Parts: sequence; structure tokens; C-alpha cells
Amino acid sequence: MSRSAVAGRAGIAAIVILAVVPPAAAQEIAIVGGTVRPVSGPPLDGATVLVRDGRIVAIGTDVEAPESARVIDATGKVVTPGLFDPWSSIGLVEVDLVGSTRDERLADEEDPVTAAFDPVYGLNPGSTLIPWARTGGVTTVATGPRGGLIAGQAAVIDLVGGTAEEMLAEPRAAMIAALGEDAVASAGGARGGAALRLREVMEDARFWASRRAAFDAGDSRELSESRLDLAALQPVLSGRIPLLVQVHRASDILAVLALAREYGFRPVIVGGAEAWMVAGELAAANTPVILKPLTSLPSAFERLGARFDNAALLAEAGVPVAFSTFENHRAPAIAQEAGNAVRFGLDLEAALRAVTLGPAEIYGVADRYGSLEPGKVANLVVWPGDPFETTTLPEAVLVRGRLVPMRSRQTDLLERYRTLDEGRPPAYRHR
Amino acid sequence: MSRPTTLVLLLSICLGAGCASVPSREDIGHETDGRDSLEVRRALAGMSNGAWESTYEPLPARTTLIRNATVMTGAGEEITGGDVLLADRRIATVGRGLQAPADAVVVDAAGRFVTPGIIDTHSHLGVYPSPGVEAHSEGNEATDPTTAQVWAIHSVWPQDPGFTHALAGGVTTLEILPGSANLIGGRGVTVKNVPNRSAQAMMFPDARMTLKMACGENPKRVYEDKGPSTRMGNWAGMREAFIEAAVYREKWDRWARHGGEEPERDLAKETLAEVLRGEVLVQNHCYRSDDMVNMLNLAREFGFQVRSFHHAVEAYKIRDLLARDSVAASMWTDWWGFKMEAFDMVPQNLALVSEAGARAILHTDDPTGIQIMNQDAARAMAYGRAAGLDVTRDEALRWITANPAWALGLEDRIGTLEAGKNADIVVWSGDPFSVYTHADLVYIDGALVYDRSSPEVQPRTDFELGIRPADTSGGDR
Repeated sequence: MSRSAVAGRAGIAAIVILAVVPPAAAQEIAIVGGTVRPVSGPPLDGATVLVRDGRIVAIGTDVEAPESARVIDATGKVVTPGLFDPWSSIGLVEVDLVGSTRDERLADEEDPVTAAFDPVYGLNPGSTLIPWARTGGVTTVATGPRGGLIAGQAAVIDLVGGTAEEMLAEPRAAMIAALGEDAVASAGGARGGAALRLREVMEDARFWASRRAAFDAGDSRELSESRLDLAALQPVLSGRIPLLVQVHRASDILAVLALAREYGFRPVIVGGAEAWMVAGELAAANTPVILKPLTSLPSAFERLGARFDNAALLAEAGVPVAFSTFENHRAPAIAQEAGNAVRFGLDLEAALRAVTLGPAEIYGVADRYGSLEPGKVANLVVWPGDPFETTTLPEAVLVRGRLVPMRSRQTDLLERYRTLDEGRPPAYRHR
Repeated sequence: MSRPTTLVLLLSICLGAGCASVPSREDIGHETDGRDSLEVRRALAGMSNGAWESTYEPLPARTTLIRNATVMTGAGEEITGGDVLLADRRIATVGRGLQAPADAVVVDAAGRFVTPGIIDTHSHLGVYPSPGVEAHSEGNEATDPTTAQVWAIHSVWPQDPGFTHALAGGVTTLEILPGSANLIGGRGVTVKNVPNRSAQAMMFPDARMTLKMACGENPKRVYEDKGPSTRMGNWAGMREAFIEAAVYREKWDRWARHGGEEPERDLAKETLAEVLRGEVLVQNHCYRSDDMVNMLNLAREFGFQVRSFHHAVEAYKIRDLLARDSVAASMWTDWWGFKMEAFDMVPQNLALVSEAGARAILHTDDPTGIQIMNQDAARAMAYGRAAGLDVTRDEALRWITANPAWALGLEDRIGTLEAGKNADIVVWSGDPFSVYTHADLVYIDGALVYDRSSPEVQPRTDFELGIRPADTSGGDR
């Protein structure tokens, strides 16, 4: 990678590169001198993070950068794990109101249960949302389906790679469901009806698993969902993957916990505007909550108890939390969300965890993602200061051990329109 | 308007953009055959007997000296160890080492910052309130592509909890607009963010009314079946409306000058005639640069000014034209991709428009965004600086204070910390551009209307009583 690409054509303050190795050689990068915030442990001042072949190999104040390594001087800067957005449809949506660019929705009112739906088939590695997100410090997202009662399966992807296969970090990492007001509307209109439907599906999934041969032989009662949907629910029933349930009202959250006890699945609450009201129950069940810290309005009857210190109250009670913007196109603003959680009382390290290791744990990839530890995937960000501060933008981003160019469609447009007086129309101004 | 002086004020305010192309109002006054010029003006404005004018009364206030703060004036200065004296509902003095008058409340603001009250040019609080249920959907009279006859003020629910939440974010003035379903959506209203029993009691006294217009995708999507279904249909619809309005205006202006039988009123044409006279300020929802160019053409054809483009995701592409025509642009920091015309976002939009000498404004169009305008201005500043654009802190502050004040025609009364302006100010717990900073104290017209440390000075709406647990944490846990 060229020096100018690292510094960013957009004029982002230059990272000093002390040694440059040809891209063909083994990728070995040493980030030296920074305040390293590994999340898995306390911050380390003046530490080195050594990265080789896509992984973190060493970290500490006594780590020497080998001669062969490209050195990034992070003196006075902050090094964190790449941010991990736990609630996204990046790669599945380009323009919200252009239906042909949306591949995250299969469930509808006719068929609100599409558990077998694996949207990764439609994942677009060329999406303009990807460079925008990663130059904003988001290196990994859980991208998943939306809609209905059971929308389908989410995958964990790194924001790099030319094919869906290359991007995948963990396929089918969670099942996405909903029991909030919108979902209830798609299932007849009454909360009890939606729960009934969910129960029916769970019962049938159990039934199918125990009589699979008979089912295949055509010797089975009628089932509410297709064979593929019922098969897809088995990892949920066995507890191998979590069931993420979009729900806000305190009583709805308790209903999810009750269903989870009944069927033995591992729930994760998504949204959870009133989660703080049942923090004790969530903590007792060790149930995580993915939330948007900037939620304070009673914007629906299911969110009357929304308040800014939701995350702080949950953390205080021992509930694992993770944060998202809940907006595909504004993934970098996840840092601002985390900052606001801190503004309303959450510990700074806990907030960093909520956008790194917290999501990794929810999706079962914490052995590879979410913190800066030897052996983990080298997704990390160099920030010129506090990563959550409004005035801080990433200076360098590594995904799988490689520096990514700080370019996006946004920087292309900026370059084209940086000046307006070049004589020829903008259409002639491009690289 | 509640006081006799208010119409005089209205008549005396001549805004550069609004006055250039219309007959002067003084002329009308001189040539009305001895009739009361104020009554004539009222008739033209559709204000007949004042029934719909503001009934806002400021809350009780005391002379207040805020001492030892970092004072960001929005008028070019950042004064460390600065003081601000509020008296008689105005900013009396800004400086250092001010003496507290005998009766003054003294606020020690050491370590804290003071700014003008935050102003949002684009809100739907009250017309799309919380909770967002169908029964509360009040922002779009989506029954016809041109509805200049409707007034947003008549839809505003003053019990929207969004108002009090915005207040906790330091917002003291906001413009509530109809939605963008229609080419001409109706009149917007500027309010002081002091919740009361009626929206009328929140109306910013003597403020110009505004007109919401919309370019692009929304009208053609909403009226796909009956039309307009294309951009060319959009522009034809707008031009036809102004052709009719010009005839109507001429009829009334003739009456204003020469008397005779009063013409029959038409609410829709009345509003557009007021636009043509420069009295009602056009606020135009418009994303794409080519749409904005067409809007400037439409304004030239009919001789009015667009006061501000709104959303203006591509404002950076025509920032030279915005500067040339003195048209402001109300923008977001980084919203994009929700529809085709919002695809070409650059997060330097505000910084680029600012650099070109046009008025850049950070607006929200969102009940959550309006609570963190200080943060989003800071983020837009950071994106600009990272790209090598020289954005000063004062300029970034003006994006949420002085420039929106101008867009609402209120630049002589709010938007900076200067002597004589309304005492609408915010005392912040720290640097307002930090994500960790809270609005500690908010004053409107000199009255303390929000105090983060005191639940009694944190307004709650009727809706929230008995249905929503009180949140009095104020972030201090």
C-alpha cells in the first residue's frame, strides 16, 4: 500500500510510516507507541501491537518490532479493536427505497416465519456502505435479515473481501426474530397471537426433529412451517446459536425470557428500550441486550420507559450490553452512540466493550474477535484520540491484518467537488 | 399577536432576501387612501383580527449573571473567563469581570461553557409526535400535491414529549414544518421551546411564517397515480400554483393601494401571495443539486427568494450558487442512502458550503437528532477539518445558532450572544462539542426553563404523567 493511500486522499492526518515493505511480502505490521485499549485487559500506554498474516501475534510494552515489519507510529494515539456492529444489514441493502437493492427481507405478512432464510447468498461485497463503514472504524458486522416473526439467520462478516465467502467470519451465527409491535402486527395484531405462533413453530421444530424419518416417509401430521424452516431452528433449540428477539416493552422482554425457559433457547434482546426495568431478571438469565443508547423518547407505546441511562442501569445490574446505531448507512456513528452511553453514566471501558467484545460474545466469535489479544483476527483501529469523541475520526484501520485504504464513494465525491473552478464539468474530474 | 407593537415590528423588519423583489410594504402603507396600514397588512397576511397570532408569554425571569464561563458567542468570539448578564429578557452584556446588579442571581459557571440557544430549522415535533401512532400522524395533508392553505401550527400537539427532550439538549427555538409529501405542503411555524397548553402559546412572537415546499422523489412517489409522477410534473405543479398566486396577489395589492370592495379570500393563494411579497419565507425540501438549480429558477421566474434548502444532501455541488443567491442550506452530518436522491452524501457538506461563503445550517428533521445538535455540528466540523477544510469552532457553532436564526428571519433577535438579543442561552457542563457534555441550564427570554440538577425545572408533558416513569437522573448516576 502506498503511503498516500494510508494517509488518505481526503487529507486525514498522516500516519508516519517508518518502513515500507512490498505488498507481496508477508503482511507484518507493528503499531508502536500508542495507548492500546485491548478491551480484554486494562489500557497499555506506549505499547506495541504486532500483526502478522492477519492475526495479532504479540501485544505489550516490551514487544520489539521486527526489522521486516511495516511500522505505524501511534505515539499519542489510541489503538482499539475494530468496532463490531451487532445489528446490521450491511451488504444486503444499498438504497432503502430502491427495492431491487434490498435483499434482507423475505418474511412478510403472508409468511412471517422464514427461519431458513440465509441472506448471505445475496451479500454484495461491492456495496458502497462497506468502505464507508470501515473507514469509520467498523471492521466487523453481524449482517442479518429483517421482518416478520422469524426473519432468518444472521452472519458475521468482516468488511473486506471480494466475495461473500471471503467476507464471512461466521455463517448462520444467530437466528433473528421479533415480538414487538411491528412483528405482532404481522401476526394477527395481538401479542398473545404472536407468542402462540412462535410456540407453534418451536413445537413443530421439536416434533420434526424427533420424527424426521417418519416425516420424510410422508408419515407425519401437518406442520406449520416448511422442513427447511424447522431444520434451521434446530441450532436455536439446541442452544448452539442465540435467538435474537426484537422487543422493547418490559413485559414483552419477560415474555421472551419465559419462552426461552420453556424451549431452552438462548435469547438476546434487541432494542430493549425498557430493558432497564427488568434488569434484574435479564441479569439472572444472563441475557444480553443490543440497544441504541440514543433512545430516550416514548416514541411508541412499547417504549414508554425509554431513557438515556438504559445501558448504564443494565451494566450496573450485570447485564451484558452491546450497541448499534440500528442504521445501516450510519455505521460509523456507533462510536457516538457509545459516547452517549458514557455521557449517561456507563463506564468508558464497558462502553468500548459494548462495541467490540460484547457483540463478539453474542455471536459466539469471541475466540477470534472483539479484543486485542495474541491469536485474534487483526481487526484494529488507530484513533488520534478518544474514539468516542465527536471530533475523533479513525486515522488507520486494519482488517484481517491489512491496512485498508481510507477511501470510499464519499471520498471520491469529495475529491471531485473539492473545488468548483476547474473549467471542465465535474464529470471530467476523476482518477 | 398579543401586543399592538408587534405588527409595527413586523413591518419594520426588512430582510435582505425577502425584500429585494417585492414592492415595499411602506409603499402599501402610504397609498392606502388613509386606511389603517396595519389593518391592510393584516388582511393581506391572512391575519385579519389577530385570532391566530402568538399568545406566548415568557416565563418569570430574574436578572441573571453567568460568571466565569467559556463564552462562545456565535459572533466570532470565544471568551475564556467570560460573563453574560441577562436582564429584562435580553442579553444585557457579554464580557469579562461584569458586576452583578444588586437583585441578580449569580451562576458560577467556572469550567462550563455558554452558547446561544440552539435552533433547529427543520422539526416535525408536535406534528409527528411521540408516541408515533397513526392517530398522531399530522404532518402531511397528503390529499393534494399543493396544499398551501394548511398551517402546521394547527396540527402541533403541544404535549409531544419531544419538546421537553429537545429542551434538555439546549434547543430554544425550532421551526415546525409540514412534511414533504406535497409540492407545496403548507405554512410552517417557528416556536419558542416552552411547552404550554396550546401551540399558539409557543409561537415565536412576531416571527415570519414559512412555507414548506418539496422537490424530488417524495411528491412524485405519493402522487404516482394521480400525478405528479415525475420531476417535470413536480415543476409544472409548482409553476401553475404561483401563476395563480400572482394574479391573486395583484388583485389584493390593488385593493391595498386603492381600496374598494375587499376581494374574496383564498387561503392557499393568500399564503403564496405572501411568499411573492417576501413576507413568508420559503423552506424547500430538496436533495439533489439539479433540483435545487430548478428551484432557484422557479424563484427567479416568480420573483421570490428561497430562504433555505432543507436536507440538501448535494448542496456542496452548487455551493457557489447558494452563496451567489444568498440561499441557506439546512443539512445533516451523515444521513444518506435511504433513497436515491440521498445517495451522494459527503460528510463535509456543511464544511464545504460554509467555506464557499454560503450559510450552512445543521438541521435534524428528527426527534432524536434534535437532542444532540451540538454533537452533530462537532462531527461535521471534524469531518471538514480532517479533509483539510478550515472550520472554526465559531463557524461550527453558527451552524446551529446564527445561521438557522437567519433562515427563520430572526437573525436580529436570536442566534448569537450579543447585547440586545433575546436571552435564549445554554450553559453547558463542558465543551458543547464534546460527546460527554450536557446542557446544564437553558434560559429562554431570560427565564430558567431547564435545569439538569433540579427536577422541578424539568418540564414534563401531560402525556408522560402516570404512564412513563420519571427520568430525573440527568446523567448523574
